[in-house]
Amino acid sequence: MNSIKERLVNGLIKENPTFVLMLGMCPTLAVTTSAINGLGMGLTTMVVLALSNAFISLLRNIIPDKVRIPAFIVIIASFVTIVELLLEGFIPALYDALGIYIPLIVVNCIILGRAEAYASKNPVIPSLFDGIGMGLGFSFALTCIGAVRELIGAGTLFGVHVMPESYVPCSIFIMAPGAFFVLAALTAIQNKIKIAGEKKGKDMSKIQSGCGSDCLNCSEAGCKDRRGGESK
Amino acid sequence: MSDLMKVSSNPHIRSKTSTSSIMLAVVIALLPAAGFGIYNFGLNALVLILVTVLSTVLTEYIFEKILGKKITIGDYSAVVTGLLLALNLPPKAPWWIGVIGGVFAILVVKMLFGGLGQNFMNPALGARCFLLISFTSIMTNFDCDAYTGATPLAELKSGKAVDIFNMVVGKTAGTIGETSMIAIVIGACFLILVGVIDLRIPGSYIVSFVLFISIFGGHGLDASFISAHLAGGGLMLGAFFMATDYVTRPITVKGQYLYGILLGILTGIFRIFGASAEGVSYAIIIGNLLVPLIEKATLPKAFGKGGAKA
Repeated sequence: MNSIKERLVNGLIKENPTFVLMLGMCPTLAVTTSAINGLGMGLTTMVVLALSNAFISLLRNIIPDKVRIPAFIVIIASFVTIVELLLEGFIPALYDALGIYIPLIVVNCIILGRAEAYASKNPVIPSLFDGIGMGLGFSFALTCIGAVRELIGAGTLFGVHVMPESYVPCSIFIMAPGAFFVLAALTAIQNKIKIAGEKKGKDMSKIQSGCGSDCLNCSEAGCKDRRGGESK
Repeated sequence: MSDLMKVSSNPHIRSKTSTSSIMLAVVIALLPAAGFGIYNFGLNALVLILVTVLSTVLTEYIFEKILGKKITIGDYSAVVTGLLLALNLPPKAPWWIGVIGGVFAILVVKMLFGGLGQNFMNPALGARCFLLISFTSIMTNFDCDAYTGATPLAELKSGKAVDIFNMVVGKTAGTIGETSMIAIVIGACFLILVGVIDLRIPGSYIVSFVLFISIFGGHGLDASFISAHLAGGGLMLGAFFMATDYVTRPITVKGQYLYGILLGILTGIFRIFGASAEGVSYAIIIGNLLVPLIEKATLPKAFGKGGAKA
């Protein structure tokens, strides 16, 4: 139970894939034109991530090491196809809004990264929750970015008008440059919070390095928590 | 010890020129254009200029105050940015356009990259393009009390005849500071006389632009077409005041010619083949981004290197 909670917190905050690991930038920048698009993309990715993590973890002792990447891709692509067909059938509006970025989930580096770094080395249940945690972190980040962009760029939030009537939308924010502005600003804000936390004496080194909790398998030379590869 | 015996390390020759004296010269040189803009478009132009300059200076001051850095508003560079930005705004734009543009120019384009000397792009032009994309309808609406309808360049593009005399004097629709070719050239002459700018970039810019539109403009060497393109839009303001920005132009002499030619060709492409009638600001911004490459390509050989092989 403890490891499940740890995995969820890890994905949502400590190793947030967008703000800390800086993974999956393509969908992050491209589809977050509104809060609902960001949330939709995040949740879609989360489903694929959780299922593929669990499945890869199940097969981790069967897949030969040399062909593991193609094998992971096949598993991920299968789940993406399932999700894509389900979206097209049941939520066509979201399917149209996300467009090409749904099939592109296959090559989302968060999914392959988690398969490689976590699911292929850990049991099924923690892997499943690692996927859910990462997916939640991704959804949270995308919804934040989408909400800010929608609020400034269109004056609405989840499609509801929230700005006063006289507000003139600053439409660059729902175009490509706005994605970079908002991502950079939000990343800067969360770094600021983290540095402030560090000054208070909390141990933030794991967050800072981005290597997270997987110290046993850590190959980062500069990491001070490194315990060597003896247990690998 | 007498002055002649003074022992010091290099540099031995110092110039009295400082950032603030250069920037002040640019401000003075912009005053004719700004003054004509206020005369031409009325009170709202004055308000816009003041608000924009105030917001650039205040943004720089507040940013440096919060970060505990040296306050650099005394070098007038923020004033130049604000003034240039204001001259690039339509006369009837609401005041908050100037504020947003001023904050964006200083905060995002200049300060976040390290302040004066570190910005990779002209802050005023960066902000103008930001505003142009964000508030397209406000930024392309040049209707005001004195003039209605399209700018001369837009009319030229749609094939209508334009009055070149009015364009040279500046009695046309357009942004606050771009309309009067005479006022801009007076300011530019002042800058050239005091040695702040030279003719390398503006000259190669304008010559290559003229060549480009004579070849591709579809009117051949038609003097009225070419002079309308020269007097219309932001070409003069851009060539003399923005392309010559010390921070964002190449420092090598060859590079400056190359940069000017590049700007001329880009402006020509945007004006003749582009969807909108004007393209000076985008041309200069793209030129700014290519400056590091231009400098790398035109780096002079160090003394003693690369001689003829025996």
